Amino acid sequence: MQVPILKQGGVLIATIQAALSDADLLELRTALVQQVVRYRSSGVIVDVTAMDVMDSFASRTLLEISHIIRLRGAATVIVGIQPEVAFAMVQLGLTLEDIPTALDLEEGLAYLQQKARSIN
Amino acid sequence: MASDTQILITSDKDVVTARQQGRAVALQTGFSMSEATLIATAISELARNIVSYANQGSVTLKPVHGSNGASGLTIVASDSGPGIADVTLALRDGYSSSGGLGLGLPGVRRLMDEFDIASRAGSGTTITITKWLP
Amino acid sequence: MQREKNMLTEPVTQKNRAVELTRNEPKLELLRELVAHLRQNRTLLREEWVARIAEARLLTAMTQEEIFAEATSVYDSYVAALETGTFEALQAYARNLSERIIPRGVETHEVVGIVLLLRDVLARSLFAKYQTDFEKLNRILDAYEPAANRIANTVAVGFVQERERVIRQQQEAIRELSTPVLQVRERLLILPIIGVIDPQRARQLTEQLLRAIRTNRAKVVVIDITGVAAMDVTVANHLVQTVEASRLLGATVIVTGLSPEIAQTLVTIGVDLGKMNTVGDLQGGIEQAERLLGYKVVNPEQGPGEGR
Repeated sequence: MQVPILKQGGVLIATIQAALSDADLLELRTALVQQVVRYRSSGVIVDVTAMDVMDSFASRTLLEISHIIRLRGAATVIVGIQPEVAFAMVQLGLTLEDIPTALDLEEGLAYLQQKARSIN
Repeated sequence: MASDTQILITSDKDVVTARQQGRAVALQTGFSMSEATLIATAISELARNIVSYANQGSVTLKPVHGSNGASGLTIVASDSGPGIADVTLALRDGYSSSGGLGLGLPGVRRLMDEFDIASRAGSGTTITITKWLP
Repeated sequence: MQREKNMLTEPVTQKNRAVELTRNEPKLELLRELVAHLRQNRTLLREEWVARIAEARLLTAMTQEEIFAEATSVYDSYVAALETGTFEALQAYARNLSERIIPRGVETHEVVGIVLLLRDVLARSLFAKYQTDFEKLNRILDAYEPAANRIANTVAVGFVQERERVIRQQQEAIRELSTPVLQVRERLLILPIIGVIDPQRARQLTEQLLRAIRTNRAKVVVIDITGVAAMDVTVANHLVQTVEASRLLGATVIVTGLSPEIAQTLVTIGVDLGKMNTVGDLQGGIEQAERLLGYKVVNPEQGPGEGR
């Protein structure tokens, strides 16, 4: 199952669906990296609003995505983690370390804009 | 008393099925959305281990009743894969997602009320976890 | 025979239906005959049952029409369960029924009562039908009793579970009302914690806070623990988890009122206090929150909303 990736200016927005398998996540990682390179994006937003569960594999993969994309000079923001999912994650010990997070797409875009401004 | 649900795990798609079913049964048993998500997350970890290390196995969801009348859900994740040679190491809590040999078992144990693991190198693994309604 | 009866009235988790069916092969024929009899005499037996319900003054919270409608459904589900030997449909129906009648104030003893009355009404009709053939009556009852008992069990348990679920929901709602997460400014929430916190309350506070962050789109949360005397390791862990979980929702947490004792507890569980955002008192915490949100422009070069 393909995760839809939209391009909005210099930002790529990937919207994850609920029934995301491990293979789908790995596909997403590849697709995002390819597109960051192709479009020279400055930011990536991964919207996990519909994600029912965030387990260690998902969290590891998101960390990988963020690190690879950072090597390309772009920032990643994870948005839309649901309260119940966040709760489960921290109990499992998953904190997404240093990846920026925001409440939703709007906040995520605002964060990226603000970051771009402060760089310039 | 609801009956057991068994999900065969052979691919990563089954991991998704197992956790979705797990969430549904948890809600039916009476757990809140938060608790059901915890249970679904634990199931996701265990089911994935089966796919990664044993190629195939099963996850069984069993609604249970405790001796004091409490209701709960027991999940048995079982496979006849290579087994875990050092169970103690697997349960070592590094408090990071890669603690415990990357199997996520310390985390799963934290999420549930009861945790039992039976495993021997060469003869498979069975993990039994239970969560009770408060 | 004795052993089979006990097996059928034990909780389902220990049952193996396939084994049960092979052991009860000869009973299937009898059950079929029995089910046919119950279907043929449906109208009569249902009427008698409804009369007995009224006599026993059960279901007084419901009208005659409602009782009749439910009685019909229960009767049919009962017979279907006897016929198929499977109880999932009955269980689902029991839950459904409970969902409807619990708000009406129907109590457990009433539900158990009416199911037992139905069992009796049906048993008596079997006595009447087979009274001339004692041996056959015995065999029919051997087939009927275990199944009837299990039906009563299924319905009663279904009702009780549903009731417990409703009670839990209500308790949750009450707890929510009595634990305020305050919105003082746009995007700023305050959670004052007072008194003794047990792990369950701590967990509940966390859930409420996270939901409030989402609802209010909060970017900063001030958790004030000035009023908390002491915290054990479990609760301290919850506090740390709350800070981390809030972060995942895009909110920064400022902890205020941290006493030296609690600071010590946090250090004990491995928290790097240098990384945790702490301020001495609530007022100071709110001021810092406002700064983070850009309400007070400290430095003309900082734009609004500068915060992460």
